[in-house]
Formats: sequence, C-alpha cells, structure tokens
Amino acid sequence: MNIITAQLGHILHNCIRFNIKCSWSRSHFTYYPTSLGTGNRMNMFNAINNAIDLALDEDKSALLFGEDVGFGGVFRCSVNLRDKYGSQRVFNTPLCEQGIAGFAIGVANTGATAIAEIQFADYIFPSFDQIVNEAAKYRYRSGGLFDCGSLTFRVPCGAVGHGALYHSQSPEAYFAHTPGLRVVVPRGPIKAKGLILACIRDPNPCIVFEPKTLYRAAVEDVPTEYYTSPLGKADILRHGKDVTLIGWGTQVHVLLEVAETANLKLNIDCEVIDLVSILPWDTDAICTSAKKTGRVIIAHEAPLTQGFGSELASYIQEKCFLHLEAPVKRVTGWDTPFPHVFEPFYMPDKHRCLSAINDIVNF
Amino acid sequence: MLRTLSRVSELPIIVKQLQKRCHNNNIIGGCRIFSNNHNNSNNIIRNGRYSSSFFGLFQNAAQAGVSKTNNYATEATVQVNRPFKLHRLDEGPATEVKLTKDQALKYYTQMQTIRRLETAAGNLYKEKIIRGFCHLYSGQEACAVGMKAAMRDVDNIISAYRVHGWTYLMGVSPSGVLAELTGVQGGCARGKGGSMHMYAPNFYGGNGIVGAQVPLGAGVGLACKYKGNGGMCLALYGDGAANQGQVFEAYNMAYLWKLPVIFVCENNNYGMGTSSERASCNTDYYTRGDALPGIWVDGMDVLAVRSATEFAINYVNTHGPLVMETNTYRYSGHSMSDPGTSYRTREEIQEVRQKRDPITSFKELCIELGLITTDEVKAIDLKVRKEVDEATAFAKSDAELGVSHLWTDVYSNNLEPKLRGTIAYDIDHIQERKGVNH
Repeated sequence: MNIITAQLGHILHNCIRFNIKCSWSRSHFTYYPTSLGTGNRMNMFNAINNAIDLALDEDKSALLFGEDVGFGGVFRCSVNLRDKYGSQRVFNTPLCEQGIAGFAIGVANTGATAIAEIQFADYIFPSFDQIVNEAAKYRYRSGGLFDCGSLTFRVPCGAVGHGALYHSQSPEAYFAHTPGLRVVVPRGPIKAKGLILACIRDPNPCIVFEPKTLYRAAVEDVPTEYYTSPLGKADILRHGKDVTLIGWGTQVHVLLEVAETANLKLNIDCEVIDLVSILPWDTDAICTSAKKTGRVIIAHEAPLTQGFGSELASYIQEKCFLHLEAPVKRVTGWDTPFPHVFEPFYMPDKHRCLSAINDIVNF
Repeated sequence: MLRTLSRVSELPIIVKQLQKRCHNNNIIGGCRIFSNNHNNSNNIIRNGRYSSSFFGLFQNAAQAGVSKTNNYATEATVQVNRPFKLHRLDEGPATEVKLTKDQALKYYTQMQTIRRLETAAGNLYKEKIIRGFCHLYSGQEACAVGMKAAMRDVDNIISAYRVHGWTYLMGVSPSGVLAELTGVQGGCARGKGGSMHMYAPNFYGGNGIVGAQVPLGAGVGLACKYKGNGGMCLALYGDGAANQGQVFEAYNMAYLWKLPVIFVCENNNYGMGTSSERASCNTDYYTRGDALPGIWVDGMDVLAVRSATEFAINYVNTHGPLVMETNTYRYSGHSMSDPGTSYRTREEIQEVRQKRDPITSFKELCIELGLITTDEVKAIDLKVRKEVDEATAFAKSDAELGVSHLWTDVYSNNLEPKLRGTIAYDIDHIQERKGVNH
C-alpha cells in the first residue's frame, strides 16, 4: 500500500513539476465548499478582506498593520483598506516581526484593537517571545489589571505546493502550548470571516492561522453582513459511524475526499470533524464522536512528534478508553524539515489517510 | 567611442592611462594605490556630466595611450567615480584603483554570467519549472563581484535569499545553481534546498528568514578570530532586513568582541514593496552601527566595491567590525511573484538600466581603457551564453533524488535507530553528507 501510495504520489509530483496536462489537480486536495445558501461569491482573501473591512468600520480604534499590508498584503487580504480607512489606521511596518508583535501588544494594552499580520507563519518565530511571554501572560501577571485581549494576529500558514522550508510550515502546536492564547484555523472563506471577527472581538490575544493555499482556491458564497463563528467549537462536516477523522485547515478537505472514497471503495462510513479551534479545542465534540465510532484518525501537516494530534490522541485515550476499538492514529507530516521537492511525499495526503482508515478498521 | 560613452553617464573618471607595468606600488591602509611615473599620461577630471572639454581630454588620453603602446593596455589606474562616505573613520578606501586586463576580463565574465543566470532562472520560473520562491540579483552584480574580488581564501560570506550569483562566485557551476533551482539532484544542495538555500565552502549560504543570517555572520567572524587564521566574514543583508532587531544585536556583540566581520547592507532601495525611506528612520545604513565605523560605496561600480572591501578586510582584522553600505538597485521585483512596478515607475528602472548598469558601465570603461576589445566582449558574451544555456538544459533534464532522501540528513546521529514518521517507524535515519565546515 505504501509503495502504491508513493508511486501515485510520484506520478502526481511529475505532473506538477512539468505541468503536464492531466486530470490530476495541481493541489493535493479538492476543495469542499460550505454553503449557507446566501451571500456573495468570495474566495478566502476576499472574505478576510471583507471581515477586516467590517471590523475597521465598526471599531474606530482598530488598526491594521504588517509587512506590505498597506499595499494590500502579499496575499491581497488588505487590498483597498488603506484607501478606505487612511494610512493612520492601515499601514506598512518595516521587516521586523518581533517589533510588529511587541508594537501590537502595546496598542492592545491601551484598549485599542490591533490586527497585526505576520507575513508568513514561518516568520513568526522572531516574534515568538513577544507572543508567548508578553501577550499570553499579560492579564495573569498583572492580576487582571492589564491585558492585550484586543489583539489578533493573522498568520498565513501551511503547504502551498512549492513553498519549501520557510513558506510552508504549520506552527499551531507551538502556540497551543501557551495558556493565555487562542489559536484558530479556518477551512474556507465563510469560516475565515467568522473566526477573524470573533477573534477581533474576543478579549484575549488570538492567532488566526490562515492556510495560504486556500486564499484563492477556496470559493464560497459568504454573507456580507457582520457575523462571528464561535471560538472553541468544532464543526462536524460529515456524519458517520465507523471512523472519526479529525483535521483543520486545508487538511479538512483532504479528509472529506477520503471519507467519500472510503465510503465508495471500502464501504467504511467516516465522520469528518473540522477542529476549527486549536486552543481551546472542542473536547465534547471530539469525545462524543470518538465514543460513537471507537476509531479516531487525526491528520495534520505539521510533523508527528508533538504535533497537535498528540494532545488529541492523549486526551481521547484518557476519556474514551473503554469505547475505543483501535489505538488513535495520526497521519501527519514527517519528522523532517518541510521539504522542497519532496513536498508531495511529506504531505498527509489522501492516499496515506485512506491507508490509515484501512488499517484502523482492520486493527 | 563617443557615442558609446554617452550612454553611460556614470563612468568612473579615468585618471591615467598606463603603459605596461610602468608604476610603483604603495601599500596604504591595506589598499594598493598605484602612482604613475609615466610623464606623458593625461589626467582627466569629470564633474558628473560630459562636457566638450571632457570629451576632448578623453580623446587625447585614449589616443596618447594607444599611440604610446601601439597596442592595448594590460593595466590601468581608475578613480572611483562616486566618492565613498565615511562614518567614524579618518581614512577611507583607496579612490584610485588598479585594474589589470585579466581582472577586467574576469569581472566582466562574472557579472555577465550572473546576469545570464538570473535571466535563465526567471525564464525557468515563468515556464513553471522552478517553483516557489525565486529572488533575482540582476542589477546588483557589481556588489557580489566586487566583494569576491577582494576576498581571500580564508574569508567567508553569509547572505540572505538573493544568492544565486554568490553561489556561482563561491565556486558552484551555473548548472549547479540552476539545477538547485529546479530541484534536481545535480543541484548544489541536491535539490533539497531550492532557491534560497545554496551553500559552498566558505559560503554559509542563503537564508530564507529576513535578517537571520546576520548574527550567524558574527559567529563565523568569532570563529575566524578564535582560530587566528586571519580570515573574516562578510555578513550581507538588505535595506529591509536592516530594521530587524537581531542585526543590532549582532553589531553590538561584534563590536564588544572586536570580531572580524563586515556587515554589508546591500541597499537596493526597496524592502520588498516598501522604499527604504518609508521603512527606515535613518537611510544612511552605513551609519546605523552607531559605534561601528561605516563606509558608503557605489554598489553599481565593481571597482569601488572591491576597493572598499579591501579596505574593510584590513580594517576588521585590525580593529573589529565595520558596516559597509553598497548602494545598488534590483531590476526585477522582490521575488518572481512581485512584478516590481507597483511601488516604483518603469521609468525609474529604465533610467538605472541606462545610466548606472554595473555591467554596461564596466564594459565601456574597459573598452575605453583599452583593457578589453569589443571582440573579447563578444567572445565572453558567447561563452557565457553557451555555458548558461547548457546549464539550463541540464537543470531541465536532470533527475530528482529518490524519495528516500526525504528523510536523510535531518540529524547527524538520530539516537533512535529508526526515524519517527507517520505511518510506520521502519525508516532508518541516514546522514548522507558531512558538512564542508567539518
């Protein structure tokens, strides 16, 4: 199975590299849109732009800044916002992530709303100290006197097909280890807008990791009015009785496709859950599903060791032990740096996820 | 001759046209100043614009040189056109520099190869054979070639992500560079690094994180000092990265410990899409080391960069770190995903290309000095084109590494016999290559 997977991956990889016209998609996933039956057609960067637009309009203290944000940002999420709200409120920063984070915390300390963009999640590490030591602990260490709750970081993350080592990483687990933060990952435009507005309004420092490959690839009808999506709540996207599949961000779409395939080819009925919120995560939804199916697979792009899947697996075995039919399985990126040409083999793609379903059912 | 000259308004002043080896050498401050004993040579002074009197003088000079030697010169002394600016230095780099025919041929070949390499890389990217991120050096060639010309075998360099040219200068063949970009096994990092991650002996590589390489450069400088090998490290960064906090941390440590490090700010005027004026409170990057001395140099003039680097190498080995700003320009966008025209005008780019291009100006200088003939230029251009074309073909046709190389070289010694993966724990960890630094 692994050999077949590798061969299929290699064919796909060659199609990508040499741009051979073939029926394979260039991405490693097929996008599954969410439908509310209302709204305007938007891709994810349009929806994020719309969300920030509403936030800046509603809250006069709100500021938006980051590297190249004034020009619309490298992913176009802030396009036209400087023209609309002025360069006093929407502006470029120098290339200094630690400074951006510290500055944002200071802004939020005063009670103003700070929306800061770190251009790539891979660049967030210079600001790690500010986020972990300053932002996350402000309220606690001042005995509740001060906080920087009106702070939201927007951070493009994840694989994009060709990002190599420093434009592909998914660092959500590093931040999930830090009490005081909220961490969310949207799977598409509707969710992205709702989560960003919820984070901006939430009185805690929040990080929104936006899978960058979805900015253009994900298109949905997004309601144009103000709305928020609940933080800390998972979405059950497909109901099933045999295996629970848990993912977030782009991986949700891989799992939805795999669930379809498993149903068609293996006659296995999978439940697919978008965790949405990494910190805090929805223990109720996950445990309810785990107890129902008795088999859980967690898939994420970040490496296996100490990936957020390990926290889920640990909690599930503790709370659902007597309901489990098989050990909780993780399908993740490898414990290697994010590779350049080997990205298709690194990814927890549909072939590896399908293989895991087969294994867990036949445990 | 005059028609070609008029296209290049920034030619260095030609001070003396020398006959073969008719000069004395003096060593001043680590820089070689050549004084000319030839009585018949003409001095030419230029004030930024060509005047009829200038052309007249120039003609005389050229004629004098040619008629005296009845042949082309093998070396000349040139005055750096745009003066150096100094910060906390009493004495600066030599403004009169010697240029031999061999050097002229070498620098021209190197700059032209870098230009061709980058053009090839840009085309491969547009063909979608190079994927991901790709930052071109076109326009900045004189910086790298000038610094490399001054570097000795014991010296080191570390830079950021615009390093295809540096990789080539530090000994990797054009095919090694292009093959790395296309991700095949003939690449200098075997296709595992890609655009921003290329390495060679004494070249500590490209780095994808803005500014992160600068403290590393200070560390390499410390190693040079500790070993006492007389070497130093060039730590390169851009005007955008100059605002990263760790750059200042590195300045401070290097100054405290008197490390042989030249902090080189390649100022191409734009940090991605933001002009330096809009990102930096002080755009005189050569002064931003505070207590560290600094030199401003015209980064479009390969001889000025070489002279400044020679001076700086001597300085840092004696006194400790120094900041050098090379004022330059990139013709392309920040990366391939940036057309490079939304934050600056096409006219601005065109003007630099016409008036300050480092290759054109150097070529025309060498021709005027009689160091290189137009036939030699053509021959070099043809050779470079052929070499880069062949490298391109190789980069397109070479095979990728097998998939098992995905998990090699993560650790030197993995401690566990098997590498942790996702599906199975049955993969052996392998270290395939021992680093060049061991």
